[in-house]
Amino acid sequence: MIDDGHILSLITFLPAIGALAILLVRGEDAVVARNARWIALWTTIVNFVLSLYIWWKFDPTTAAFQFVQKSDWLGGAISYHRGVDGISMLFVILTTFLMPACILASWHSIETRVREYMIAFLILETLMIGVFCALDLVLFYLFFEGGLIPMFLIIGVWGGKRRIYASFKFFLYTLLGSVLMLIAIMAMYWDAGTTDIPTLLAHDFSARMQTWLWLAFFASFAVKMPMWPVHTWLPDAHVEAPTAGSVILAGILLKMGGYGFLRFSLPMFPVASAEFAPLVFALSVIAIIYTSLVALVQEDMKKLIAYSSVAHMGFVTMGIFAATQQGVQGGIFQMLSHGWVSGALFLCVGVIYDRMHTREIAAYGGLVNRMPLYAVAFLIFTLANVGLPGTSGFVGEFLTLIGTFKINTWVASIAAIGVILSAAYALYLYRRIVFGALEKDSLKNILDLNLREVVTLVPLIGTTIFFGVYPAPVFNVTAASVQHLIADYTVAVEAHRVAEAKHAAPALPAKLHVVADR
Amino acid sequence: MYSAIVFLPLLGFLIAGLFGRWIGVRGAQLVTTGLLVVSAALAIVAFPSVTFGGMTDHVQVSTWINSGSFESDWRLRIDALTAVMLVVVTSVSALVHIYSIGYMSHDPHQPRFFAYLSLFTFAMLMLVTADNFVQLFFGWEGVGLASYLLIGFWYQKPSANAAAIKAFVVNRVGDFGLILGIATIFMFVGSVEFDTVFKAIPGLANKSFLFLGHEVPVVTTICLLLFMGAMGKSAQFMLHTWLPDAMEGPTPVSALIHAATMVTAGVFLVARMSPIFEFSQTALTVVTIVGATTAFFAATVGLVQNDIKRVIAYSTCSHLGYMFAALGVGAYEAAMFHLFTHAFFKALLFLGSGSVIHAMGDEQDMRKMGGLYKMIPATYGMMVIGTLALTGFPLTAGYFSKDAIIEATYAGTNPAHMYAFGMTVFAAFLTSFYSWRLIFMTFHGKSRADHHTLEHVHESPLVMLIPLIVLAVGALGAGAVFERFFIGEAHETFWLEAIFRAPTNHILHAMHEIPEWVGFLPTVMMVLGFALSWLFYIARPDLPVELARTQEPLYKFLLNKWYFDELYDWIFVKPAFWIGRVLWKQGDGRIIDGIGPDGVSARVIDITRGVVRLQTGYLFHYAFAMLLGVAALATYFMLGGVH
Repeated sequence: MIDDGHILSLITFLPAIGALAILLVRGEDAVVARNARWIALWTTIVNFVLSLYIWWKFDPTTAAFQFVQKSDWLGGAISYHRGVDGISMLFVILTTFLMPACILASWHSIETRVREYMIAFLILETLMIGVFCALDLVLFYLFFEGGLIPMFLIIGVWGGKRRIYASFKFFLYTLLGSVLMLIAIMAMYWDAGTTDIPTLLAHDFSARMQTWLWLAFFASFAVKMPMWPVHTWLPDAHVEAPTAGSVILAGILLKMGGYGFLRFSLPMFPVASAEFAPLVFALSVIAIIYTSLVALVQEDMKKLIAYSSVAHMGFVTMGIFAATQQGVQGGIFQMLSHGWVSGALFLCVGVIYDRMHTREIAAYGGLVNRMPLYAVAFLIFTLANVGLPGTSGFVGEFLTLIGTFKINTWVASIAAIGVILSAAYALYLYRRIVFGALEKDSLKNILDLNLREVVTLVPLIGTTIFFGVYPAPVFNVTAASVQHLIADYTVAVEAHRVAEAKHAAPALPAKLHVVADR
Repeated sequence: MYSAIVFLPLLGFLIAGLFGRWIGVRGAQLVTTGLLVVSAALAIVAFPSVTFGGMTDHVQVSTWINSGSFESDWRLRIDALTAVMLVVVTSVSALVHIYSIGYMSHDPHQPRFFAYLSLFTFAMLMLVTADNFVQLFFGWEGVGLASYLLIGFWYQKPSANAAAIKAFVVNRVGDFGLILGIATIFMFVGSVEFDTVFKAIPGLANKSFLFLGHEVPVVTTICLLLFMGAMGKSAQFMLHTWLPDAMEGPTPVSALIHAATMVTAGVFLVARMSPIFEFSQTALTVVTIVGATTAFFAATVGLVQNDIKRVIAYSTCSHLGYMFAALGVGAYEAAMFHLFTHAFFKALLFLGSGSVIHAMGDEQDMRKMGGLYKMIPATYGMMVIGTLALTGFPLTAGYFSKDAIIEATYAGTNPAHMYAFGMTVFAAFLTSFYSWRLIFMTFHGKSRADHHTLEHVHESPLVMLIPLIVLAVGALGAGAVFERFFIGEAHETFWLEAIFRAPTNHILHAMHEIPEWVGFLPTVMMVLGFALSWLFYIARPDLPVELARTQEPLYKFLLNKWYFDELYDWIFVKPAFWIGRVLWKQGDGRIIDGIGPDGVSARVIDITRGVVRLQTGYLFHYAFAMLLGVAALATYFMLGGVH
C-alpha cells in the first residue's frame, strides 16, 4: 500500500526520476530519441494515474491540508513541509493531466536534442507539482523560481525565430517580480519567525506590513498571471515557444499567479487584499476589454490565443478578489478550465503548424474541406473559449461574474462586455482558418488529424464537455477550503474595520472636546 | 416521458453527428427524423394532461453548478407554458426534418445538417423546460450555437460565414443583459430557481439599489436586463440586424429557427417571467414601445425587399414585435397565442418559399420570378393559405391571434398602449401589402425568369409537400380551435399558474369590451393592403417604379433597412478594430514595452555603451579626468566647503 504521507513526494519526484532514466540512455541518436520519448510518455502517464489517487482519497469535507509530509530541512525554521488542500489539489491533477498531451504533441515536431527536451519537460513537471504542494515559503519559492529555468531553456533552445528575445523577456519579467517576493519572504520570516505556510496562515501581520508584503507578492503573481500591464511577455513567449511549451505556459504556469493569490495574498494579507481589491478590479477589467480588442486584430494565431488568455485571466483575478464563494470557486474553476481549453487550443495550432510551418492566420482558410475532424475539435475548444454553456469555459466565467456583481456592479458589467468580445475574436479566428473555400495551393494536400493527434485531443474534448455539464467533482473538492478561506478573510477584514473605527472614534470626540473648551 | 421528449433529439444529434460517416445519409435522416417524430408525438400526447387541470411537474435530471448558496440543477419544469412550446417546437421541428429530406437531397453534407437540426431542437427544448435561469441560459446559448452552425452551414460562402458570426455576436449583446439580469436576481434573491425567485419578487417591489452609480428600482432593472436578452434573441428593434442576414442558411433552417421557434424564445422568456414583469409598469411600457416600434419598422423595410426570404424575415421580425407589444400591455396569453399560430403560418410561408426556391433552381430574387402559379400550383396554394393567415383573413389563424393583439393594445392601460395600437394597426396594413406583393411578384404576372430556369421548374416532391399541407391545416384551423383556451373563456383552466397576472391586470376581459370599430379595423387594413398591392403589382405595375423614382430618398432609406448595418459598422465594428490595433501597436508595443522591458534594456545598453566609450585605454585621458576631478574638489572646498 502506498503511504499517504509520501504520495505527494512520489508524484513530485517521479518525473525527475524519469528524467534521470533518460539521461542514462545511451546509443545512437535515433534510438536515444525514441527511448527518450517513450520514457517521458510513460512517466507522465503513470504519474497522472498516481495523481488520481490523491483525488480519490481526498477528503472534501475539511479545509485542512491533507497528505501532509513534514521533515526538518534547513535548520529549524525551514522545513520540507508538503500537503494539499481543496485549492491546490486540482492544480496538481491539472499538471499531471496535461503532461502526457505535451509529450505527445512534441513527438514529431521536436527533432533536435530530443533527449534534452524531454528531460527539460520532466524536470519542469517536478517543479510545477512542487509549487502546488509546497507548504513552506522557501520551498515554494525554490520551486516557483526553479520552474523558470526549464521553461527559459525550452523557449530559448527549441523556440522560433525570435526565441532569444522572447526567452529573455519572459525570464527578466518574471524574475523581476520574484525578487520582490523574495524580499517579502525574508520580511515575513523576521516577523513571524518561520516560513511554514500553515503557521503563517494563522499569523496576524500588522496592517501596515500587510500592505508592503501584499505589494511584493502582487508584483510576482501579477507578472505570472499575467495581469495588464505586465502581460506583454506572454504573447512573445507563446509565439516563440514550441507547441508543448505553450501548452504548459498557458495551462499551468499562468495558474501559479492565481494560486499564489489564493494561497498567500488573500489569507495572509486579508486587510491589504481588501484595500487593494479596487486596484485589482481595475486591472482585471482593463485586461478583459483591452486584450480582447487586441486579440481581435491579431494576425498570428498563437498571439491571438495568448491575448485571449490574458482576458480570461482577468475574470479569474476579478473573481478571486471579489472574495465571495462564487467568485473564488468560479476563479479556480476558470483557471482549471482555461488550463485544458487554452492548452488544447495551442495543440490545435500546433497541429496545423506542424503541417504548414506558419502561424499566420492569412495562410489558412477552408481547412474544414480537408480536415473535418480537426474542424470539430477546434470548434469545441473555440466554443469553450467563448464560454458557451455546456462547456467548461462557461461555468467559471459565469460564476466569477455572478460572484463579482454582488460586490461591484461596475466591474461585473464591464467584464460582461468581454463576453461579447470573446465571441467576436474567437469566431472570427475560426472562420478565417477553418471556414471558406479551400483555395490556397499550399493547403490542397493537407491531411486530417492522425491517430496520435486524435489520442492527444480526445481526452481534452471529453474533459471540456464533462466538466461543462457536470462540474460537481471540482466544486465538491474546492468548496470546504474556499469557504474556510472566505470566512477567515471576512473575519479579518471586519475586525480591522472595527479596530479602525474604534481608533478613529475616540479621536473625534477628543477633538470636539478641544473645540468645545475653547 | 418528458425526459424522452427533450433527450430524444439529443440522441439523434449524437448518432448522426458521431456516426454520420458510418450510417450514411439515409441512416442519419431516418434516425434524426424518426426520433423527432416520436418526440413530437409524445409532446402532443402530454399536452392535454398538462394544460387542463394538470399540475406543474418537475423532473430532476442531475445537479449542475453548486457553489455556496448558488445552486442550479438540470431539471425539467413542465407547465402549460412549457407544454405549448413543446408542441410547437417538436411538431414544427419534425415537419422541418421531413421536409429537409427532400429539400436537402442534393447536399453532400446531410448527416451534419440533420445532426445540427436535432441539436437545435434539443437546445430549444432545454430552454423551454428550464426550471432555473442557468439552464434557461444553457438552452438560450445552445440555440444560438445551433443557429450559428446552421446559418453558416454552407461554409464555402463568405456571406454565410459573416452572417453566422453576426448572428452570434449580436445575440451575445443581448446575452450581456441576460447575464447581468441573472446576476441581479441572484444578488437579491440568493437563488436562480424560478419558483423561489417568483415568490421573492413581490417583496422587492419597492426596493432600489446602486447599479452603475445610479439608484435604480430592483425589479425594473431585472426586467429591463432580461428584456435586453429577449431583444437579442427575438431580433427586436436595434438588435434585429442579424435576422435578415440569417437567411443565408438553408431555407428549412429559416423556417424552424428564424420563424417558428428560436426567435420566439424572447417572447417565451417574458411570458415565463410574467411574475416579475407584472411588478414593473416601467419595464412593461418599454416592452410595449420596443415591440410596437419593431412591428412598424420591420414592416416598412419588408415593403421594398426583393429577396423572397428577406421579405418573410422582416415579416417575422415585425410579428415578433406584435407579440412584444402584447406582452407589454400585460396580455401574455395573447402573445403566446400569436406565437403559437405564427409558428404554423410562418413556417408554412418559409417552407413554401423554399419550395419556390427549389423549383427555381436556388433563385431567391422575386424580380426574376413571376407567373409561377400554373407551374407549381400546390406550392402556390400553400403560400396563399399562409398569406391569408398572416394577413389575418377572417377565420384563419392570424385573424384570431393578430387581431387579439391589436385589441389588447387598445384596451391596455400603460402609457404606451395607444402608440402600440397605432403602430400595430398600421403594420397590419403594411403586412397585408408586402405579403400580397410577395405572392403577386412570385406567382402572378409574366414570368421574368430565363428560359433555362423555366424549363426546370417543377413541383416539389411529396416529402416536401406533406409538411406544407400539415402546416396549412394549422394555419387555417389553429386559431379557431384554440382561441377559447388561449385567450377565451377557458383560458384560466388552460394556463393555470403558468402565467401570472397582477390583480389589477384585467386585460383579457377588457379586450373584449372595446368599441366595435376597433375590432373591424385590422380587417379593413388587411383589405386596404391587399387592394393597394393588387393595384401596384397586377393592375398598374408601372406605379411602384414611378413611386420609387419620385420618392427616391425614402425608397433608398427603406431598401437599405434604415441604414442600421452601416450605422453599426461605423459605430461599433470599425472602431473596435481600430482601437484594437492602436492598443496593440501603440499601447503594448510603444508604451508598455517601450517604457518597460525594451526601454529598460535599451537604456542599459546606452549606459554600458557610454561607459565603454569612457574606457579609452589612453593614460592621458585618465590623467586628465583625474586632474579635472581634483580641480573640482578643490574649488568646492574653497568656495563653500570650509565653514
